[in-house]
Amino acid sequence: MPFLTIDHLEKSFGTNRVVKDFNLGIEKGEFVSLLGPSGCGKTTVLRMVAGFETPTAGEIRIDGQNVTGLRPNQRQIGMVFQAYALFPNLTVAQNVGFGLKIAGVARDVADARVTEMLRLIGLSDLGARYPFQLSGGQQQRVALARALAPRPRVLLLDEPLSALDAKIRVSLRTEIREIQRELGITTIFVTHDQEEALSMSDRIVVMNGGIADQVGTPFEVYNRPTTRFVAGFVGTLNLIEGVANGDGRVTLGDNLVTPFDPVTAQKGGPVTMALRPEAVWLGRADGRDVVLPATVSEVHFMGSVIRIKAMAAGTSFSLDTFNRADTPPPAIGAATEISFAARDLIVLT
Amino acid sequence: MTRFAAWAALILGLIYFILPLYGMAEFSLRMRRGVYSLDAYSAVLTDPAFQATFGFSVIMALFTIVFGVFLVVPTAYWVRLRMPELRPYVEFITLLPLVIPAIVIVFGYIRLYNTSSWLPLTGTATGTNILLMFGYATLSLPYMYRAVDTGLRTIDVATLTEAAQSLGAGWGTILGRVILPNVLAAVLSGAFLTFAIVIGEFTMAALLDRPAFGPYMQLLGANRAYEPAALAVIAFAITWACMGLIQLVTRFSKHTRAQQT
Repeated sequence: MPFLTIDHLEKSFGTNRVVKDFNLGIEKGEFVSLLGPSGCGKTTVLRMVAGFETPTAGEIRIDGQNVTGLRPNQRQIGMVFQAYALFPNLTVAQNVGFGLKIAGVARDVADARVTEMLRLIGLSDLGARYPFQLSGGQQQRVALARALAPRPRVLLLDEPLSALDAKIRVSLRTEIREIQRELGITTIFVTHDQEEALSMSDRIVVMNGGIADQVGTPFEVYNRPTTRFVAGFVGTLNLIEGVANGDGRVTLGDNLVTPFDPVTAQKGGPVTMALRPEAVWLGRADGRDVVLPATVSEVHFMGSVIRIKAMAAGTSFSLDTFNRADTPPPAIGAATEISFAARDLIVLT
Repeated sequence: MTRFAAWAALILGLIYFILPLYGMAEFSLRMRRGVYSLDAYSAVLTDPAFQATFGFSVIMALFTIVFGVFLVVPTAYWVRLRMPELRPYVEFITLLPLVIPAIVIVFGYIRLYNTSSWLPLTGTATGTNILLMFGYATLSLPYMYRAVDTGLRTIDVATLTEAAQSLGAGWGTILGRVILPNVLAAVLSGAFLTFAIVIGEFTMAALLDRPAFGPYMQLLGANRAYEPAALAVIAFAITWACMGLIQLVTRFSKHTRAQQT
C-alpha cells in the first residue's frame, strides 16, 4: 500500500471543475513531481494534500490515516512556497525553530535540531540574520529547513524555484534532491518547468485540464509519451502525419516504416507520430532506416548545439546537431537529406 | 518664476498654520505682567483637576487602544484573508464615524443604555466608562482600521498564514506570533492616533458626564485667560509627540526595513 494515497480527488470552484477524478499513490521516500501548464490543477491538488483547499470529493490518506477532513496544522506536512513565506519578524534560526516551538519541543532539543537543519542547508553562520538580509536562494533554503525541522510525514514543494534566477535554480534543485534523498522524505513537487521535473523526480505526473494525463518515470514520460498533450508539453518534438498500412506499418513519404508502438489505425487511416529532435539526423547515418529529402528552412546556432528546421515529406522537422568547429551549419534553403530510425517514432493516441 | 511661486505658496501656508500657534504660545507666556514666564503652565500642571482629568483620559485611551487592537486586527486580517469581497462594505462601516457626529452616537448610547433599558450601563460610573470607551473606539475606528489594513497590505497575509498553518500553528498563534508582530508599526500608528483623539475628545465625555481632559479644557477656557492657551499648547505638544512616535516606530521597525530592501 502506498504511503500517500490520493483517491478519486475532485475539486470545483463554482461550476469550474479544476481537478477531475485524480488518483495517485506515492511510496515512502519517493519524489513525485506534478508537471503541467498554468491552470491544469497541479497546485490545487497540492493545496488539497496540504489542507488549504477542501476536496469536493475523494480521499487523501497519509500512512494509512485519512487526512481529508483534518486542518492543515493537524496533518504533519511541511510546505515550501514559491514566495519563500519566511516570517519577516523572526531571525533565520527562529524561523527554522518555529514549528518546533509550536509543537512544544524542549528548548535544548529544538536548538540542536535548528543547528542540524542550518548545517544541512549550509547556512550555519547565518542563524542570527533576518530574512531580508538573505539572497533569494538562501531564503528558499531556510524555508526548506523550516519545513523539514518538525520532521513532517510529507514535504510539499509549490514551485519553490520559480522566483530564483536560472543559475541558482539549477544548483538549488540539486541541493533539494540531495537533502530529500538524505532524509528519505516523501515529497510532492509542483512545477511547470519540464527540465526541473525531469531532472529531480522519481516519477512525474503530467497534468492537463485537471486530470493526470500520464504517470511515469522521467525516462518513460520523455521517451514514451502516451498522449499528444504529454508529447507536446514535455520536451520539443516533431509531429508527423502518416497513413496506416493496415499491417502495423505506416506510409511516410516514399517510405514504409514500422514504429516501435503498435499502430491500431485501420488501413488508409491517419496516424500521428512524434519524433524527438535529437532522434533526427542531418544526412544519412548508420541505423537510421528512414531517409527523406529535405530543404533547410531555419538555422539557430545555440553554442554547443545547432537547432535546424528542415521541410521534408510536407512536415517541418526540427533537429539538433552538436556544433563542430570544422563543420559549419548548413545554409538556409540548402537541399539535403534527413534520416531517423523508425523505432524512434512515437505513435500518439 | 515657478520656483518663486512655489516658495511663496509654501511660506504663505506656513504662516497660515504657524502664526496662530505662535500667537497662542506667545500669549500663554504673558501671564506675568511685563515679562515672559511659565506661570500659566505651572498653574495648569499643578492644578489637581488637570492631573485627575488627564490621568483619566490617558487610562481611557489605553483601554480604547487595547479594545481597538482586539477588534480591528482580527477583523482586518480575516477580511483580507477570507472575505476580500466584503472589504468595501467594512471600509464603509469604518468610515461612518467620520460622517455621523459624536453627539448623535452618544445620544444613541444614552437612549439604548440608560438606567431603564435592558442593559443599564449609564447606571454606574464603571458602566458609563465602558460606554465611553466604546464611543472612543468608534471615533478612532476610521484611523485604526486604515492603519492596520495598510500594514496588512505590506505583507503576504495568505502565504504567511498558510506557512504557519503547515508548521502546526492555530489561529491564535498565527495572529499573535506571525501577523501582529509584522504589522506592529501600523498598529502603533493607529494606537497613537487613537491616543490623540481620546485626549482631545469633548462631546462624548461631556454628555456622559465623565471627568475627562476634553471637558476640563473647555471649562478652563470658559473661566480663565492665560491657562487655556497654555493647555492648548500642551495638547498640541501631546499630539505632535504622538505623531513623532509614529515616525520613530515606523523608522526603527525591522519589518519596514525589510520592505525597503
